[in-house]
Amino acid sequence: MTRDFISIRNVRKAFGTFVAVDDVSLDIAGGEFFSLLGASGSGKTTLLRMLAGLEAVTAGEILIDGQPMAQTPPYQRPVGLVFQNYAIFPHLDVRGNIAYGLRKQKLPQSQRDAMVEEMLELVQLPGYGTRRANELSGGQRQRVALARALILRPKVLLLDEPLGALDKQLREQMQLELRRLQRSVGITFVFVTHDQEEALTLSDRIAVMEGGRVLQVDTPDGLYEAPQSRKVAGFVGTMNFLDARVAGREGETAVLEIAGLGARRVAAARLPARVGCVAIRPEKFALHGAAPEGRAVEGVVESRVYLGERSHLHVRLEGAARPVLVSVTNATLGGAGLAGEGSRVWLSWDDAALIPLADG
Amino acid sequence: MSDGTYIRRPNRVLGVYAFVFLIVLYVPILLIPVFSLNDSIYVRFPLQGFTTQWYGELMARDAVWQALGASLRVGIVVSVVSTLLGLLAARAIARYRMPGRGALTTFVMLPLVVPGIIFGVALLVFVSSMGVGLSLYTVALGHLIVCLPFSVATLLPRFESFDESLIEASAVLGETPLWTFWRVTLPNVLPGVVASLLLCFTISFDEFIMAFFLSGTQATLPMYIWTQLRFPRELPSVLALSSLILLVSFALVTLSLTISRIGAVEDRR
Repeated sequence: MTRDFISIRNVRKAFGTFVAVDDVSLDIAGGEFFSLLGASGSGKTTLLRMLAGLEAVTAGEILIDGQPMAQTPPYQRPVGLVFQNYAIFPHLDVRGNIAYGLRKQKLPQSQRDAMVEEMLELVQLPGYGTRRANELSGGQRQRVALARALILRPKVLLLDEPLGALDKQLREQMQLELRRLQRSVGITFVFVTHDQEEALTLSDRIAVMEGGRVLQVDTPDGLYEAPQSRKVAGFVGTMNFLDARVAGREGETAVLEIAGLGARRVAAARLPARVGCVAIRPEKFALHGAAPEGRAVEGVVESRVYLGERSHLHVRLEGAARPVLVSVTNATLGGAGLAGEGSRVWLSWDDAALIPLADG
Repeated sequence: MSDGTYIRRPNRVLGVYAFVFLIVLYVPILLIPVFSLNDSIYVRFPLQGFTTQWYGELMARDAVWQALGASLRVGIVVSVVSTLLGLLAARAIARYRMPGRGALTTFVMLPLVVPGIIFGVALLVFVSSMGVGLSLYTVALGHLIVCLPFSVATLLPRFESFDESLIEASAVLGETPLWTFWRVTLPNVLPGVVASLLLCFTISFDEFIMAFFLSGTQATLPMYIWTQLRFPRELPSVLALSSLILLVSFALVTLSLTISRIGAVEDRR
């Protein structure tokens, strides 16, 4: 399928003087699982509603499958939408809900029933056809909403935080099911979420949004390993930020003076125009109880948070404004004395894990 | 009653008060069916004996049947038209955040508090100045004004509790606005529609003041009763007729309240 199955070009949405979506351009490939990730108020839901045709576009244009959508009302667009509250019709049973969109296809009753049964199988709700909306749990409603949209074979399925109302375990189970479904039906999914972990788990690509703008579009590992701005780095996962400045350049490499970590060499090509800080993930540090071979910095453990599988340690380094967060698995943490509060530890890391960023 | 909580603790004084209140409210009305079955043309105690003679006499009169027919026709037309207009008004008030929304709602509800006699006179003046003759049509017009606030008041809560994402869901599933109204909005406000129909019919069926000013040669049932009150001999028949109207009105209002409550309960589940 094409790279730009959905094309969003310089789209802007203003409600009065408030700009909800500001000059956003995105291309979404056919069959892709694409997520819009952002805090509430970042414009992600507004963008999704514009794709569905539920909000008018103030400026710019949206093309789906090469067709401009400006003049197309929602009921003529090749899209399905799963609402945050699912919007299950309360006056119809599950079967009535799923078959709702089939009216115009004028199918014989038997074929219609067969399609509904097939959908109930797909979303793993066989035998629920005659239940009412108020007899369903949150996860079941969500699956009915999915089936209702998928039965029409839309080219695009839009999902507005569909897992937001579910508890953690059901949520993780539904994430797997969503991914399985998306692969088996081969429809382009555009998924809105504020949960970065969810976005990382599910997506082929993610657009991080803030204040109506797209900060970065990338694959989950691209976003996690190589954030291009401090905002993205801070929003996706946890991150240590250490003040840094360029101390010198030697051909292909540059020397960075990093608060707490000392002078380190990184590829000059990775430097932004003005280096303000260096970011490093908490799990990229290796923790040692005694000075290891090679370069390491010494620090003191200020606090330790036990999280079951992992521990989070705050380690104060000389020269750093704040203690750095170090995440280690408890399996490797080993000896008890090693990570106790106040104990002396050494940190080492691979310089490739250092991400030089512009400030702000 | 020993299990009363602080808020629901038993209170004998209030209980007695409620009992007296209900008696004062309903005893006069209960006298009507009692005297309609009394074997005397004088409405006074002691009761003389049981008879259904007045009911039989009533059935034999053409004028009663004509008045009943007129009231039924006016009632049905008024309840349907009022409910339709009420649907449109309630939907608009609930959905659009237009300037002057509060003022508009007040304006629609105003006939509830304007004395019927003033509206009656006003309409009479208006209709005659337009050169329109008085007929059942003018009566229906008057009733429509009386009924519309009740329609809006019955339907508005249904529209306000109606989840608008259902309309968006229908649109994304490929239905046009008109089909969406038919397949989603209407079924969800249906209890309100039925309640409004029954309530408006009852109001129109019982209404006197508008009919008094605006009816032409054809009398409605309340008008017929009014004209019969001049003849003392007819009083028992009038009481019989009143009892029947009372019974039907009571049944319809109960039905309408039950239906709107069933709908509300189902929503909450």
